[in-house]
Amino acid sequence: MEKVSRIQGSIVAIPVNDIDTDQIIPARFLKVTEKDGLGKAAFCDWRYLEDGETPNPEFVLNRPEYHGASVLIAGNNFGCGSSREHAPWALLGAGFKAVISTDFADIFRNNSLKNGLLPIIVDSETQQQLFSLAEEDPSASVSVDVEEQTLTLPDGRTVTFPLDGFAKYCLLNGVDQLGYLLALDDEVREFESENPQRVATTA
Amino acid sequence: MTQNGKRRTLFDKVWNAHIVREQSDDAPAVLYIDLHLVHEVTSPQAFSMIRERGLKVRRPDQTIGTMDHSTPTTPRNELGIIPVADAMAAKQLDTFTKNCEDYGIPMYALGDEHQGIVHVIGPEKGLTQPGMTIVCGDSHTSTHGAFSALAFGIGTSEVGHVLATQTLLQNRPNTMAVNIEGRLGEGVTAKDIILAVIARIGIGGGTGHVFEYRGEAIRSLSMEGRMTVCNMSIEGGARAGMVAPDDTTFEYIQGRQHAPQGADWEAALARWRDLPTDEGAAFDQEITLRADELIPMITYGTNPGMGMPINAAVPAPEDERDINKKIALEKALTYMDLAPGQRLLGQAIDVVFIGSCTNSRITDLRQAAQFMQGRKVADSVRMMVVPGSQQVKKQAESEGLHEVFRAAGAEWREAGCSMCIAMNGDQLQPGQYAVSTSNRNFEGRQGKGGRTFLASPLTAAASAVAGAVTDPRTMLAGLN
Repeated sequence: MEKVSRIQGSIVAIPVNDIDTDQIIPARFLKVTEKDGLGKAAFCDWRYLEDGETPNPEFVLNRPEYHGASVLIAGNNFGCGSSREHAPWALLGAGFKAVISTDFADIFRNNSLKNGLLPIIVDSETQQQLFSLAEEDPSASVSVDVEEQTLTLPDGRTVTFPLDGFAKYCLLNGVDQLGYLLALDDEVREFESENPQRVATTA
Repeated sequence: MTQNGKRRTLFDKVWNAHIVREQSDDAPAVLYIDLHLVHEVTSPQAFSMIRERGLKVRRPDQTIGTMDHSTPTTPRNELGIIPVADAMAAKQLDTFTKNCEDYGIPMYALGDEHQGIVHVIGPEKGLTQPGMTIVCGDSHTSTHGAFSALAFGIGTSEVGHVLATQTLLQNRPNTMAVNIEGRLGEGVTAKDIILAVIARIGIGGGTGHVFEYRGEAIRSLSMEGRMTVCNMSIEGGARAGMVAPDDTTFEYIQGRQHAPQGADWEAALARWRDLPTDEGAAFDQEITLRADELIPMITYGTNPGMGMPINAAVPAPEDERDINKKIALEKALTYMDLAPGQRLLGQAIDVVFIGSCTNSRITDLRQAAQFMQGRKVADSVRMMVVPGSQQVKKQAESEGLHEVFRAAGAEWREAGCSMCIAMNGDQLQPGQYAVSTSNRNFEGRQGKGGRTFLASPLTAAASAVAGAVTDPRTMLAGLN
């Protein structure tokens, strides 16, 4: 995973509550065996007309003034539903580095942090302000400082956001969690010797 | 039993018993995983990760694979093989076979007599047991909580972590008691309970929590009914939902392939009887519903929280004060092409789907078949019945249920996720309406442009016969 310490980017808003991972990437794109190349499928059924190819000019991500936006402002409870990690893979593939909402579904949040996509929780007043700003000024941008856990809004106001200390360490250092778990091998062995296996074998 | 005088919940007991390293200010808890279920869709990138790093699967003997999501449910050919027409699906299935072979993981391939939906086969084979931690790269892993397991869905990176280390980093969630008091009336089922719970708390109401379903109505459910309830915990935002073990649990497990036997069975029973929440233990939140006030439920919108009693009217956006909810409701009704205030009873439908990890077990199929006996699927409706596993299929066929469905004009198919996820050839056409026993009515979930009403198998069967959304209680005369 690449290090993530600062994010600076223009914003685009999808002010819809409860955007589920089936909208972020429909299941028919999950027949892949790789992580790459899923950016095209992000929000596919909203982004393209019925033929699945022609961009829907009404959809905000297709409006030229929002091309290049890297921070998504979304409605409450973003990423609910399926556990598919293809959702953050698709968002990263589509150029997003952070998503801002009032809250995130648990599994989506975990999956995002493991891939360097930053889920930023703000209060609903800030969320509404960002919705308005994104609509009024497509060039509006925000900056994020991961170390300080701060989000600086286009008007210069700075808000803090919660971030699990361990996830923060991993983001700042560009390391994933697997190394930490592998280093616990002795403790796992000890646990296994004290706790007999529940099922002898799955075979 | 209390530990150090502290009263503990079922969740506390299972969580505490699996801590390899305690949660600290610096890092989440490290939790040991007893059983890891893997399938073809969310595992390939995890296997690639461990292969790239030269790692092994730490406990293939605590890992089990099955093919379910991208598998067709079309008939076998003359060789007894289920052909896979989709080249990408075929490649994904081949990759899964190779990964399981390379790392020594037992796996049930498409068409194998034990293959089926991952959340159907775990319990069916006796692998799912009380007090275990169980994970899978699938959000409906919550199903296994019906057996007092702490079971939850994980992402693909975490699948890799469990493959390599048999552990996971997890922050301790909060607990919510979901009390279902009283008894269900005739024609009202486990599915109606969980749809009512989600309608009450909303699709994000359980975020950060583990549910414990309690109360007389839950105790009265079969294990299949409890699995239906726990299955949809995630639709209320909770990664896991649990039910305390009792004789119903033990009777279901006893004698299954991987169940403890002899002296081990007695020792297991003693352990399992210690699991229920201590009298007076505190939950972080609590809600209560009365089962005797429930009637069959149905969803009208584009998430499982948009549900209502089947005889109610579709809510009107103008009555919604919260601007975000108002926008969401307007968007949902536009997608569903429904009018505010409209009744769903009598709404014409095109497809009925009975299946999925929510409602594809033998009791679901028995209930639907009993209803369909001597009845016909309306000419305008395509009805698909998809058993959850090859073993469910075999059992149903031994009871003649497939003949009942076929005589009624329904399709009887091979086992798999089928039209719940619409990535395997089974899907709605744009604009079609379906009454579905699955778990998600998101836009396009059952096929691009398809419109889903979630309901119980009984409601689905009644609607198939009438050709329109129907309250099964109006057709129950003569049904025991």
